[in-house]
Amino acid sequence: MRIVALGAAVLGIVAGALGSFAVLRRQSLIGDAMSHAALPGIAAGYLFTASKEPIVLLAGAVVAGWVGTFVVGAIVRTTRVKYDAALGIVLSVFFGIGLVLLTLIQRRPDASQAGLDRFLFGQAAALLERDVVTMAVLGAVVLGVTFALWKELKLLTFDPDYAATLGFRVRGLDALLTGLLVVAIAVGLQAVGVVLMAAMVVAPASAARQWTDRLGLMVVLAAAFGAFAGAAGAVVSSEAERLPTGPTIVLCAGAVVALSFLLAPRRGLVARFLRERRGRRRLRVDAVLADLYELGRRHESFEHAHSATVLEAARGEGASVRGTLAELERRGWARQEEGDWTLTDVGRAEAENRRAARERVL
Amino acid sequence: MSESAVEIADLTVAYREKPVLWDVDLTVPKGVLMAIVGPNGAGKTTLIKSVLGLVRPAAGQVLVHGRPYAEQRRRVAYVPQRGTVDWDFPTSVLDVVTMGTYGALGWVRRPGRAERERALGALDHVRMRDYAGRQISQLSGGQQQRVFLARALVQDADVYLMDEPFQGVDATTEVEIVRLLQELRARGKTVIVVHHDLQTVPEYFDWVTLLNIRRIASGRVDEVFTEENLRETYGGLLALLSGNGRRPEA
Repeated sequence: MRIVALGAAVLGIVAGALGSFAVLRRQSLIGDAMSHAALPGIAAGYLFTASKEPIVLLAGAVVAGWVGTFVVGAIVRTTRVKYDAALGIVLSVFFGIGLVLLTLIQRRPDASQAGLDRFLFGQAAALLERDVVTMAVLGAVVLGVTFALWKELKLLTFDPDYAATLGFRVRGLDALLTGLLVVAIAVGLQAVGVVLMAAMVVAPASAARQWTDRLGLMVVLAAAFGAFAGAAGAVVSSEAERLPTGPTIVLCAGAVVALSFLLAPRRGLVARFLRERRGRRRLRVDAVLADLYELGRRHESFEHAHSATVLEAARGEGASVRGTLAELERRGWARQEEGDWTLTDVGRAEAENRRAARERVL
Repeated sequence: MSESAVEIADLTVAYREKPVLWDVDLTVPKGVLMAIVGPNGAGKTTLIKSVLGLVRPAAGQVLVHGRPYAEQRRRVAYVPQRGTVDWDFPTSVLDVVTMGTYGALGWVRRPGRAERERALGALDHVRMRDYAGRQISQLSGGQQQRVFLARALVQDADVYLMDEPFQGVDATTEVEIVRLLQELRARGKTVIVVHHDLQTVPEYFDWVTLLNIRRIASGRVDEVFTEENLRETYGGLLALLSGNGRRPEA
């Protein structure tokens, strides 16, 4: 159980971290193409070596993922097909080839059923210690390179043209980042599967973006979210029999995304709703305060109180004047006299201040 | 004879067999503040990018201070158009300006206190020091432009190439940018600016290049910025330029 959770957490960390760069470069979908393209690589790895050693399958996945990216680029460069269509083509065609190969493998008279179809939707329960060790080592290498070349990757993602003028080999860095992403994806395929791996590249990073405006923190958060989704999803699927891990991990990641979109402090929907509500309330207070002040001025006396109905008439339906009057009373700015309303001294001062401020701006 | 700041010979750039720049010869003397003007599609941005090696020319060569650009990167600073970058990127103003020090740092080395200080100094220069910690998505157009300028200033280059730095910028910022460019010239730097507003060319710049796929003319503003040359550069669009004081735009 612990192996399973650990392995899935590792994949979450690596995919989340690298996914941050993919998302910021608007290359979210390339992860999808890479993972689907990895399937024939995994099958071919087994066919050529008759071995299911994790490193062999991983190597196959990496090579095929790389080839897939390369083919996408070639299509875009040499034909009039646009980038997203090229991604779709490569994704589907490679995946189809992979399925065909898998079927061929299953038809073979070998005793070992191969069980390679677990790479479709992931089976973290099948993770052995040696698998996790391989994942961890590769993950550490990927993260290490990312950390070492941090400023280069940040610059490349933000302003590649400017990076080139500073003397950085942009083409090489680009290829490196792509390579890191391919390895990050390959590391996760055993647990999440090719079909859903793209989610682990995109979701933790998107969730992390809601919480911070600093790249470093975003990457760390994405890694943390990925780890959580991985571990939680793996544990859940291990408890239930025959439940593939990919979907459960992705559902956990999805929950993190949903919560982030809702609850994040500045960008979150709840925060925005509260901000807008506060803004509306402030406008209402402003309006009723100004009306009471105007009435007081007209009558040249603030001793003369007015009914709420008069104030409502000024503002029209749905202005919730009574509620605002209660708010003004709560703040000590208005008081009631036999059911009618007028400003207090403090309220009058406040109204004058706001009026002066308005005049300064307008 | 001291060499010129930038020397371009026979530069031709084509995109899908259509010429974007054709046989352009250009000599930019040191210490001038030069505008590059021309109608849309004239190849102004392509010219800048060719000098910087961002675009591969079909023919021609570029020398900076007498040597090929690749050997002189440290001497050249680039201020791209604001629209080329995603301003929603999670980073701060200071962070972006510090990027100007990356070239000198080389691979792997991280910016340290010295680099930070230089970046803050550049922000001081463009009067944006108070915004150092601000997220770049919260900046106005003029502020964004000043951040890009500060980033270039940090490089302490000899030649500055700027692509439409006045585009979409408020009047106060525009005045400030001009002041900055003239200060650079006073310090002996060479500043080359792709400019979109013909009206302000005589006021801001001392040299100008008129470009429309080919180099129409290049030289001192008072010698070269003539109606005849403008007519040749802009062709039929010149109708918008004459008379009634309407603001001519490329």
